[in-house]
Amino acid sequence: MPPTAADYVRILPEIVLSVWGMIVMFVEPILPAGRSRKGLGIFSAFGALAAIAATFYQAQPQFAGFGFNHMLHVDHFSIFFHLVVLLVALATILMSLDYLPFQKIDHGEYYALILLGAVGMCLMSSAVELVLIFIALEISSISSYILAGFRRHAAESAESSMKYFLLGSFATAFFLYGVALLYGATGSTNVFDIAATLGNASRIEPLAYVAVALIFTGLGFKVACAPFHIWTPDVYEGAPSPVVAFMSTAPKAAAFAVLIRLVIDTASPHWFWVIWTAAVLSMCVGNLGAILQSNVKRMLAYSSIAHAGYLMVAFASASNRELGISAAMFYSAAYAAMNVGAFAVITQMAGSGERFSQIDDYSGLGKRSPMLAAALTFFLLSLIGIPITGGFFAKFYVFSAALRTHLIWLTIIGVANSGMGSYYYLRLIVRMYMFEPRTDAPAPRVQLGVGLAIAISLIATLWLGVLPNVVLHYTQGAPTILAAH
Amino acid sequence: MNTSTLNPWILTLTTFLPAFGALLISFLPRRDRDIRWFALAISVITLLVSLHLPAHYREVAPTNSGSFAYEQNLRWITSPNIHYHVGIDGISLWLVVLTTFLVPFCVLASWKSIHERVKEFFILLLILETAMIGVFIALDLFLFYFFWEATLIPMALIIGIFGHQRRVYAAVKFFLYTMIASVFMLAAIIWLYAQSGTFDFVELQHLLATGAIALPGRAALWLFLGFFVAFAVKVPLFPLHTWLPDAHVEAPTAGSVLLAGVLLKMGTYGLLRFNIGLFPAEAHKNAPWIITLAIIGIVYGALVALVQPNMKKLIAYSSVSHLGFVVLGIYSFTRAGMDGAVYQMLNHGISTGALFLLLGVIYDRRHTYEIKEYGGLATPMPVYATLFLLITLSSIGLPLMNGFVGEFLILSGAFQAKAIYGIIAATGVIWSAFYMLWLYQRTFYGAVTVPVNATLPDANLRERSILWPLAIVALIMGIFPSLWMNSIDASVAGILGAQQAASSAPTLQVKVNTVLK
Repeated sequence: MPPTAADYVRILPEIVLSVWGMIVMFVEPILPAGRSRKGLGIFSAFGALAAIAATFYQAQPQFAGFGFNHMLHVDHFSIFFHLVVLLVALATILMSLDYLPFQKIDHGEYYALILLGAVGMCLMSSAVELVLIFIALEISSISSYILAGFRRHAAESAESSMKYFLLGSFATAFFLYGVALLYGATGSTNVFDIAATLGNASRIEPLAYVAVALIFTGLGFKVACAPFHIWTPDVYEGAPSPVVAFMSTAPKAAAFAVLIRLVIDTASPHWFWVIWTAAVLSMCVGNLGAILQSNVKRMLAYSSIAHAGYLMVAFASASNRELGISAAMFYSAAYAAMNVGAFAVITQMAGSGERFSQIDDYSGLGKRSPMLAAALTFFLLSLIGIPITGGFFAKFYVFSAALRTHLIWLTIIGVANSGMGSYYYLRLIVRMYMFEPRTDAPAPRVQLGVGLAIAISLIATLWLGVLPNVVLHYTQGAPTILAAH
Repeated sequence: MNTSTLNPWILTLTTFLPAFGALLISFLPRRDRDIRWFALAISVITLLVSLHLPAHYREVAPTNSGSFAYEQNLRWITSPNIHYHVGIDGISLWLVVLTTFLVPFCVLASWKSIHERVKEFFILLLILETAMIGVFIALDLFLFYFFWEATLIPMALIIGIFGHQRRVYAAVKFFLYTMIASVFMLAAIIWLYAQSGTFDFVELQHLLATGAIALPGRAALWLFLGFFVAFAVKVPLFPLHTWLPDAHVEAPTAGSVLLAGVLLKMGTYGLLRFNIGLFPAEAHKNAPWIITLAIIGIVYGALVALVQPNMKKLIAYSSVSHLGFVVLGIYSFTRAGMDGAVYQMLNHGISTGALFLLLGVIYDRRHTYEIKEYGGLATPMPVYATLFLLITLSSIGLPLMNGFVGEFLILSGAFQAKAIYGIIAATGVIWSAFYMLWLYQRTFYGAVTVPVNATLPDANLRERSILWPLAIVALIMGIFPSLWMNSIDASVAGILGAQQAASSAPTLQVKVNTVLK
């Protein structure tokens, strides 16, 4: 069956992003060497905006459904994750505009890599064909590997990229192996068919168990949940701050989307205990690890592990699909908003060569630049889960989903962890407001780009916390459209 | 304007006016003087608006228990089913007014003593006011928790940024204690929602009372404890009180006033409204050990206050003792005891708030709270000494002062419940007279002991305008308690009535009657 016009609309955001990314790639070598690449960055920001517009166009009801012979499926679920990924990409581009020249790594391909990486992530959320999912995962991963090493003259950035690449390839191989076995066990590469086969089979092939374990290993690496989290602190510490903002949120959200479609939605055997264990481990390892850190980026790396754990709590309650999946979606959005915001402030604070990323360097920030400190405080409070922030409502929603599916122990562990977690975020707030300012650490003026990125995250976090109704309503519509049940 | 059209919005207006003011301040340029006046204006306007509540309360007073005045119920979030449901009864009415009444004085007290980061300070203070009022008016458990947690950050920052030497330690301790305790309440709230599908207090109360929500096994007990631990830390009930002396001593004057005056009342209010309101049977069953803790708190707080060399710590421990009285009154389950408990909440807000303001006055002059640094202050500061004496008498419960009414009612309630409670608790009254009068004697009487103090200026106009109104209110509350008590008593009777209908325990009122005969 040849593709129809509607088929192309179903990948319109991806097309827009690819075209934009390629234009940037072509223009980059034409521009003279010493010239600022800020224009390309602004151009790319418009690319992200265009993709957001394309997503809204695609969201019309007549485009919902399968595209390209059941390769992908446009639904509430995919559109939601498209928007999360694209907004994160937009914020990342904005905060990089002045960061790149400042770090003397002002190269146009940076923006192209973000746009092309976003293609992969968007595709991950709509793909329902195992092979396509794998290709999308690779597109997203490879651009992340390169971006992690973008501060090419800094050794720790190269180390970060290398670690990420080696371990990442290893994880992808696991994923691919799992995909192959899943095909062997069910005879199909389509998520919907797999769901039907697994759902109807009177006896599940032992192969399927192995497949799920391998797939989970691969995706667990991408979302940085324990016990596949070891790489996270090193990679986050070495990578450029805006890149960390990007890769700690967008590829994670996309990988969570795949996890939902592939593992939970197909009712894979024994997913529950796998998720349960990963949730508990991630929360505990993440929070305990974060307490010990003295580097802000490492601390937030561990915090991101912990947050992957809270998200897994939502997954574990997906036996009530409406609640669990919608809670997971809401949490990814809220986490993306607050974490991107926090890293936008860190980007601003980094200084040349990212020298200022110790907790000590934030001493007295409340006096040195009150607005920046207030913004970071707001994001940290959201990460703790204090009311009026998106983080609070997300956590509340996740735990209420867990309790409604009678996961009492998981909730208790989660709640205890979130109490414990408040300590290390609080430590940073205390530093900013209750310590004397350091004279040697600079507080550079906030440029427009970073300012916009912070503003977008701030508004998103506040909106999700105070008026979550619209987003909630949207996420609650999503599970009913997912695979055949 | 016809006031009845205002009624559904009046609570919302009162609550969010300070937050709106905080928002405006954040756009003002950093001219400290303007910001102070602006904050004062906002807090005074809020006070005036809030006076609408008692002025028209009689017209809208709830007729039966479980209904509220000035109610507003809007849908906030569809699913989960969360409403913006606010309303007050005779109890929360006065706590709201207490809050709006104290904040202008806090602004005035911070006029000179806060001279760095003035803008941030007043923004935090006004946000805190919104959150505190919100706690008292919320009738949806989610909304309640929302405001409850929202008080935490501004208060912790006020202590941590504007406090004294060990401020960081005190702020973090305060934050972690209350945060960790309230997480248990959150779990309990969510669990209730999971069982019932509603966060609405009125609905939940009804569902729980009629047994429409199935509470398997010991669930009711665990839920009761989940709420209880959050409130007990806030009160603070012995032995969860250790954060309080640190927080009080390190906080700036305005922080201490609001901490003692309002934040502690959030704990006792929570006990009264939610713990007893939702789980009456559990409250009855657990009353003996809670009362025991309260009485230990009364005596222990008083004894520790007695030996403090630091005035502010002395007042902080006296709060532990006074709040013990309030908890005792609540859990006596007698009308007199509960009336007294609510009245004592207001008294403590006025008198301890005033004491912290008084301490702020001499701290501004000498920058120390050590008792041995003072002595014979009555000579250089006669007006100040007079005001201090009035408030001291109010705090120790001298007849004709407000403290007397509250303590008397609580003790008579305690005697009705069990004589031994009353007997031990009554010693607390003696102790409080002992430590307060001894404090007064050491600081004000005799010759000036430290030469610097001989030239201290007396309370100036600003300080007098803070202290006189509080002293006068304390006096009026002592002479005409019925102004407050009528509405309080009606609501307490409602709670107690619902109580006895729901409780399987033998009705205390019957016992009381037989004892009285």
